[in-house]
Amino acid sequence: MDESAIYSRLTDIMRDVFDDESIVATPQLTAKQVDGWDSLTHIRFLLTVEKAFALKFSTPEIAKLQSVGDLADLLRARAA
Amino acid sequence: MTDLFTHLEWLVRAPGDFDQRLKAIAHSDTGTGAAFRALANHALDANQLTKLAKGIAKARAAGKSLEPLVPFKLAILSNGTIDFIVPALVAGAARHGILLDVVQPAFDQVAQEALTPDSAVNRSNSDAVLLALDYRALPIKSVPGDADASAAAIDGAIGYFQTLCDGIKRNSKATCIVQTLAAPVERLFGGLDRAVPGTLLNIVDGINRELVAYVAASGGILFDVAGLAETVGLADWHDSQLWNLGKFAFSDEYLPLYADHVARILAAIRGKSRRVLILDLDNTVWGGVIGDDGLEGIKIAQGDASGEAHLAVQRLALSLRQRGVVLAVSSKNTDEIARRPFLDHPEMLLKLDHIAVFQANWNDKATNIQAIATELSLGLDAMVFLDDNPVERGLIRSLLPQVAVPELPEEPAFYARTLAAAGYFEAVTFAAEDLKRAGFYQDNAKRANLQKQLGGVDAYLASLDMTITFQPFDATGRARIAQLINKSNQYNLTTRRYTESEVGALERDPAVVSLQVRLTDAFGDNGMISVVICRRTDPETWDVDTWLMSCRVLGRKVENMVLRELRRQARLAGVNVLTGSYLPTERNKLVVDHYSKLGFSQVGEASPDGATRWRQPVDSPEPETPPMKVVLVGLSN
Repeated sequence: MDESAIYSRLTDIMRDVFDDESIVATPQLTAKQVDGWDSLTHIRFLLTVEKAFALKFSTPEIAKLQSVGDLADLLRARAA
Repeated sequence: MTDLFTHLEWLVRAPGDFDQRLKAIAHSDTGTGAAFRALANHALDANQLTKLAKGIAKARAAGKSLEPLVPFKLAILSNGTIDFIVPALVAGAARHGILLDVVQPAFDQVAQEALTPDSAVNRSNSDAVLLALDYRALPIKSVPGDADASAAAIDGAIGYFQTLCDGIKRNSKATCIVQTLAAPVERLFGGLDRAVPGTLLNIVDGINRELVAYVAASGGILFDVAGLAETVGLADWHDSQLWNLGKFAFSDEYLPLYADHVARILAAIRGKSRRVLILDLDNTVWGGVIGDDGLEGIKIAQGDASGEAHLAVQRLALSLRQRGVVLAVSSKNTDEIARRPFLDHPEMLLKLDHIAVFQANWNDKATNIQAIATELSLGLDAMVFLDDNPVERGLIRSLLPQVAVPELPEEPAFYARTLAAAGYFEAVTFAAEDLKRAGFYQDNAKRANLQKQLGGVDAYLASLDMTITFQPFDATGRARIAQLINKSNQYNLTTRRYTESEVGALERDPAVVSLQVRLTDAFGDNGMISVVICRRTDPETWDVDTWLMSCRVLGRKVENMVLRELRRQARLAGVNVLTGSYLPTERNKLVVDHYSKLGFSQVGEASPDGATRWRQPVDSPEPETPPMKVVLVGLSN
């Protein structure tokens, strides 16, 4: 899956989870910039990503995520 | 098969335009409650449940009416994280006709909230408190082989549950809903863990066993999470990673299932469980088409794989009937042909005697199901319709949306399991009378026939040889009284609901006069059929707080007999006047004229919502009463 496809999927998922149609997933985007993205919705978000991409993240992988860019990189690495 | 439980496969798949439908509800000003319920009645995933809950919250904030959803306030005490559970519960509750308000105290404040009289939970005026505890956050340790320490751990845990429930009881009016503990996955010895005292599994087993007994004895309600977790598989239920990340007690996959199970219990408390199972025949009750394949061709034999699948449906239907669910048939067939397997096929488990209403004809099934509801004097929202044919299912869903219609898988072997998994007949109490209920309705059909033959109602009533028994509330009747109070919707003047423990308190209240009424007749024992609660509002007046009757005995003038008894007791107590109210709901139009028919005079005008007030002096002319023998138990003559 190429990078733009990953970001497009992530955009859909974020709109669904954070219930905000204006969100666009970009590499620099972080939790602070999104309303309602707290530690709990973060888990909800990751669970939804896991389901959509049919994979599971490990706890160390989750701990390293700092931005949507990190998540996209991880998804690309795992898909490779 | 785990898809059945993760995806709630008895429900219709979520619509592709779910988001648009949700928006459409937000933009409309009417029918909001019904529209939320209809949308909730799909297999929604966790995110969809959350969005639906948000939509409901916004509609409430905007002051929109959410009728016919019935309000329920639930406080949750948990030693895990329930933030994902709460919105799922709100949406799951809407599926079952409940407008849920959740009281969520701060994380892990279980004991403080239960035991402090003015805690947020105790002040919340909740209808129920859900104790959702996980074994990993209880003070229990593995002590393999140490029987004393193991017993002490079990006692300690039960003591903790007891303290919590007692605190809630003492400090609020809420009913306790107590979860059993889902057992641990990780074994110490292996297969021996269940047998060795002091292993975690052994301790959790012990706690669950005693918890079940305690909850039953204390008038609480059991939510068997241990059973739910076993059903889907403990290893799938427990997600260690999610527990570590955020103290989520079970896998996210099961959020919709968990929410639906809680909602069923709340609906059962509110008297919304279903009561009738309507069966299609061809390819549902038996394999094949009786009209085409004939008696020899249909498949219901032991030893035949399809036959056994359909026998399993029959076996489940029969067991449901034994616990009080009424069975009916709706089949597109010629009546005589449809009845033939019931009469002549040796392998049929279901007999005509088990079916209260048998509708085999060529009308559409919506008309037939309506006829079944009318004949049984029950609402469409009490009906479940089981049919292998997706076209028939779709027709009923669109024409009679109140009827529950489970989706069925391609494979008939899973029909019975799917029906059971849907939990339409969830019960929170089980009284001995439930065992007889299906029979009651059937006897009613016979009584109706007799009525037709006799022509006149009075002659019919005389021929019934009825005996009515009046008795104040007591411990023996308590479960059934609470059940009637929480289930009766149609013949119910005020629709006030009381829990079993509140009913217990009424027994001892000196300002309360209560009646439990039983009726027997030529056809058998109808059991308890009416409940009345009066409160002495001043030395000369009794006000009727609750007056309800089972619709099974409609048209027998039981209400006239009850009034006569109330007037008699009032005169003995020096009371001069009876007063009462009619509080209209969607379902109690039946009794709008109850008081005027009984000779009460209206006091003032009806209020804007249609509520009316009535009074009757006890020395006014006696109501007309039918021939009926009266027995008094625990009452002076």
